[in-house]
Amino acid sequence: MSEKRRALAELESGPRTREAVDAWFAGRSFPIVDGPEITIVYRGEAEAVHLKHWVYGLPSSQQLHRVKDTDVWHLTLELPPGSRVEYKLEVVRGGRGEWIQDPLNPSRARDPFGSNSVAHGTGYEVPAWIHPDPTVAPGRIDELFINSKAFGRRTFGLYVPPRFRKTRRYPLLIVHDGHDYLRYASLGTILDNLIGRLEIPDMVVALTSSPNRLGEYADDERHASFLVDDLVPYLERRLPIDPRPQARCVMGASFGAVATLAAAWRRPGFFGRLLLQSGSFAFTDIGDRNHRGPLFDPVVAFMNHFRARPLAVAERVFVSCGTYESLIYENRSLVPLLQSTGMDVRYVEARDGHNWENWRDRLREGLSWLFPGPLLLVYD
Amino acid sequence: MKGGPDIVLLGPQRIDPVVRAAVIAPDIGAALAELGVRGRVALVTAGWQEREADDEPLVRAMAVPADNLRLHARSQEVFAADAPLSAAYSARQELLRHLQSFYRIRLDKTDDAARAISVRHVEPELLAQEWRVSVEQFRQLDVDHLERCRAIHAAFDDRWQLGSRPAITRHRDELRALIEPAAALVIAGGHVASLLNRLKLFDVLELAGGKPIVAWSAGAMCLTDRVVLFHDFPPYGSDIAQVLDAGFGLVPGVVVLPDAARRVRQDDRAGIGRFAQRMAPATCVAMDPGARLTLTGTRLRAAHAARLTPDGDIDREWQR
Repeated sequence: MSEKRRALAELESGPRTREAVDAWFAGRSFPIVDGPEITIVYRGEAEAVHLKHWVYGLPSSQQLHRVKDTDVWHLTLELPPGSRVEYKLEVVRGGRGEWIQDPLNPSRARDPFGSNSVAHGTGYEVPAWIHPDPTVAPGRIDELFINSKAFGRRTFGLYVPPRFRKTRRYPLLIVHDGHDYLRYASLGTILDNLIGRLEIPDMVVALTSSPNRLGEYADDERHASFLVDDLVPYLERRLPIDPRPQARCVMGASFGAVATLAAAWRRPGFFGRLLLQSGSFAFTDIGDRNHRGPLFDPVVAFMNHFRARPLAVAERVFVSCGTYESLIYENRSLVPLLQSTGMDVRYVEARDGHNWENWRDRLREGLSWLFPGPLLLVYD
Repeated sequence: MKGGPDIVLLGPQRIDPVVRAAVIAPDIGAALAELGVRGRVALVTAGWQEREADDEPLVRAMAVPADNLRLHARSQEVFAADAPLSAAYSARQELLRHLQSFYRIRLDKTDDAARAISVRHVEPELLAQEWRVSVEQFRQLDVDHLERCRAIHAAFDDRWQLGSRPAITRHRDELRALIEPAAALVIAGGHVASLLNRLKLFDVLELAGGKPIVAWSAGAMCLTDRVVLFHDFPPYGSDIAQVLDAGFGLVPGVVVLPDAARRVRQDDRAGIGRFAQRMAPATCVAMDPGARLTLTGTRLRAAHAARLTPDGDIDREWQR
């Protein structure tokens, strides 16, 4: 009998007193992960408890079952190996539902909207390289601003690698929503670690943010101009940045990935490297209305145009997407299109959703593939 | 001289790649002692690039005094003093990087083709024949790449006559004065391209003449015919071995694979076999900690290392 079945059978066959239930909970960790299944457990008085998640393909709300004569609720669902799922519980009391983090699950993931509980399937491990490494020298992050022609004054973060030298020339990485990547995807620590392990070269990283990302990121000429005509020249004037396209990368997630591809498309050849994470690459095969709503209309127009006439806008493109995202179809569809142009394309999927930790977990592979560090050249 | 210097190649000396604060389990001291080297040695740590001066733990482990030749710092001085050379050198390096990436694309596509053919449901004899064709295609790509690298270097040397540029000759004179009284030349590992380029720039091996040489890891790679880059576990998943450039050829017929236990997928018999066949007739030698090759001139006198065989085995008892 599986661990989950044994545990639930023990609860259901035993006495239903508070003490007995307390004893059942004692020493157990939740959720119960058992091979390809996960059991979410909640304890508390409620009219109903629902699991709320964003796994595309499963009902987004699923009811937990109450163990009769107790305040214990549970739900078992399939969780394939290596999965990582963010979720909340909706607890209904007095006819009103309240979304909460799972009180029995200490694992949390933060995002700009708060935080979610996280369930890890068998085999998923939080990567070691996201944690600060005391043996690795940290880079430095400053907040700067630029008076741009495109958008006026804009602040941005600037990561400068450890042991920075003016006599060297550094690749440049521009990160859309860079401050969120710092906060929610540990980007600063990851850069330190990957540089320290020689997995990526020392590089300068510009961390941009937009006050109107849904507008500016959706194929807006001003945004491309901001990157290409304002930001990059500004940085190249002040820092020893390698000006070759091969040494320039721009990246982003979700709408940030659209902004990345759109900017590269508007200035083909300027960026040699693109990193596209869970891009909101909505398109239509017929007509011009996408089911995602009017915010996506400019994206659809851009993607339809790009799909009709795909261009080799860069040399290397890394694309990643979670298989539990609604955007998986769009991203899978994009890959052969990019490949058809002759660009060197690598596509990676993970059993994860549209969230920052998915994007975090793909950074090592993506950045080191786009910018291989000296690891291959160093033999101590 | 008995047809060339005594050369000893060692496995990694396990120098911390970040802080270089310690040398773990070194055998450099023992190797020097066995060669009878007791006096001052000339030391090359240019593979450590900007940190080449952090040699104190290494010198302690060698147990003999050393003059660090500071090749990396000297190269910076040369480039600062000779702007036309510096610009031409940068352009050459840029061209070499482009060629390396194009060669790498061709290797990948050849690898894709080999894999696609290998899963066809045809007679085993035909598959074996196709395997040999695939190996030959890799070999040809390697040969072509090496030829193109050699041609670029030859054109550069011909155009820039390094031996007569004051910015370089001054350093070569200083290096000669340091190397001449040295009992041996010691070449540490590190960044192999950086090291190779600086050894060439200052013609250090010519200056060393017939002196004994002890080298490890990147230093050992530079002494062979071909510098071959390899790593089966890169952070981006997988990679294919690639020739970087020609070495100095002082250790002919050997492909040195430093730290192979960490960098080569040990259970990949097909991969190991293909690599050994691709590099044949050179012997592919895994230079793990404790490994040692000893040569007199170009003749391999003693070997204590593992060897990658064309059958896909790692012969750990290889001794000569």
